[in-house]
Amino acid sequence: MLFVTLSVLTVGLFLLDLVVGAVRIPLGDVWAALTGGDCPQATAKIVLNIRLIKAIMALLAGAALSVSGLQMQTLFRNPLAGPYVLGISSGASLGVALVVLAGVGSSVGIATAAWAGAAAVLLVIAAVGHRIKDIMVILILGMMFSSGVGAVVQILQYLSKEEALKAFVVWTMGSLGDVTVPQLAVLVPSVIAGLLLAVITIKPLNLLLFGEEYAVTMGLNIRRSRGLLFLSTTLLAGTVTAFCGPIGFIGLAMPHVARMLFRSGDHRVLVPGTLLSGAAVLLLCDLVSKLFTLPVNAITALLGIPIVVWVVLRNKSFTA
Amino acid sequence: MIRLHDFSIGYDERTLLREVNAAIPKGSLTALIGRNGTGKSTLLRAIAGLKRRYAGEILLDGRDISDMRADEMAKKLAFVTTERTRIANLKCEDVVAIGRAPYTNWIGRMQDADREIVARSLASVGMEAYASRTMDKMSDGECQRIMIARALAQSTTIILLDEPTSFLDLPNRYELCSLLARLTHDEGKCILFSTHELDIALSLADSIALIDPPQLHCLPTAEMARSGHIERLFSNDGVRFDPVNGIVKANT
Repeated sequence: MLFVTLSVLTVGLFLLDLVVGAVRIPLGDVWAALTGGDCPQATAKIVLNIRLIKAIMALLAGAALSVSGLQMQTLFRNPLAGPYVLGISSGASLGVALVVLAGVGSSVGIATAAWAGAAAVLLVIAAVGHRIKDIMVILILGMMFSSGVGAVVQILQYLSKEEALKAFVVWTMGSLGDVTVPQLAVLVPSVIAGLLLAVITIKPLNLLLFGEEYAVTMGLNIRRSRGLLFLSTTLLAGTVTAFCGPIGFIGLAMPHVARMLFRSGDHRVLVPGTLLSGAAVLLLCDLVSKLFTLPVNAITALLGIPIVVWVVLRNKSFTA
Repeated sequence: MIRLHDFSIGYDERTLLREVNAAIPKGSLTALIGRNGTGKSTLLRAIAGLKRRYAGEILLDGRDISDMRADEMAKKLAFVTTERTRIANLKCEDVVAIGRAPYTNWIGRMQDADREIVARSLASVGMEAYASRTMDKMSDGECQRIMIARALAQSTTIILLDEPTSFLDLPNRYELCSLLARLTHDEGKCILFSTHELDIALSLADSIALIDPPQLHCLPTAEMARSGHIERLFSNDGVRFDPVNGIVKANT
């Protein structure tokens, strides 16, 4: 029932996202543009080339970042884990910084660099996490790693030319609107592949609720599962971050919203639940950002921070 | 049945057990005792397949665990660790149901037979009334029972428990160990649990495995009490073991 409500809400927000924008376009014209009916050329362009792509991006990015956050929270058994907190986005940004500041501008180049950066961070965390039992230590290492990467990125910025610098700074501000159709052709399959892997790892995630050792004694092939989870998160968070820049708090907050809404810890419910909540909320954030012409990252932060604060206050024991 | 064959284990320089040959029989509740730091947990974790660095062989019902995959092991052996596990937002029956993981499909779909086993496992530990409650507001003893029910749902012949009584008060300790004894005898399981409670081990376990570094002695409880091992290991200036009454006394 809740799934139906959320799905309807998501579709509704998606359509609303097509209607709302800087230019006022009548509902009929939006519909005509979408269905290839009769409407002014300029209107069709705005609806299809700008608003539709942006709405698809919000949908995909919201779903991808939220599912990635859920995976990391369960794997690290930490409610404050997520792509952002553990430095996966920083890794991606280092990759992007290296290629953008070196003068490479192709979408495939940026995507590859972001993936490589995200994967590198995940490998480091996986290697370190294997030795360290205390999950809080891993979290702190992740944060320190992020700061370290931030420093490297700053040095790169300092050394780079003005134009490249501007391109990178714009990327770091996060935007759902700077994606082109060819980029979408890279992004959509990557996110879908990541989500399919997320579906395959539903049972491993349920076992991992008990911690890795229990999961192994219940038959989990831990290396394979970790590998699949890291690959999935890299595809999801790495790709979205590559094209949209780091979008904060969605990946951290939405799994908690799903847990609260569905009152379940079962990933068979949580994976689709988190996916839908994430898509709906990022669409909502995009709508708000358009209505007040604010950067989307500011909206996700303002919405996400209260949720995270609530989780910390409620969950004093810090267990997922 | 668990069999150790020329089994040695240790950390870096330190040997905990050397060339141990021992058998933990089926249909018997075995208590694993030993002083702090002598390797009780290490031994249990090795048998559970969580510590792969050892010499010699560990055989479960005749099969070497180094030849077994995790999913095969999970059908043969279940483990309850010292970790106090509380999973928020998951009902007790769902927690126990995850013990069916080795038998369910890729997404963990439960068949009628699986649900029946889950219900029976909850009933075995006397927690059927808790089926639809969540673990976050339950006591340590209740959570421990749910984790044991989860181990039972794995339908294994062997169950290992690492200090299952350590967070429990006295009545709960006895109750839990009586439960383990009942499961062993009613269902013919092979249950091995580590404990610091000498009195519980002596009064409820069928046999005792005692770590006397670097050796492991395995004897029926009555024989172990008479053997002199316990007195030697557990006596110091402060306490002594009385083998006649099977109790520990303070030296006065």
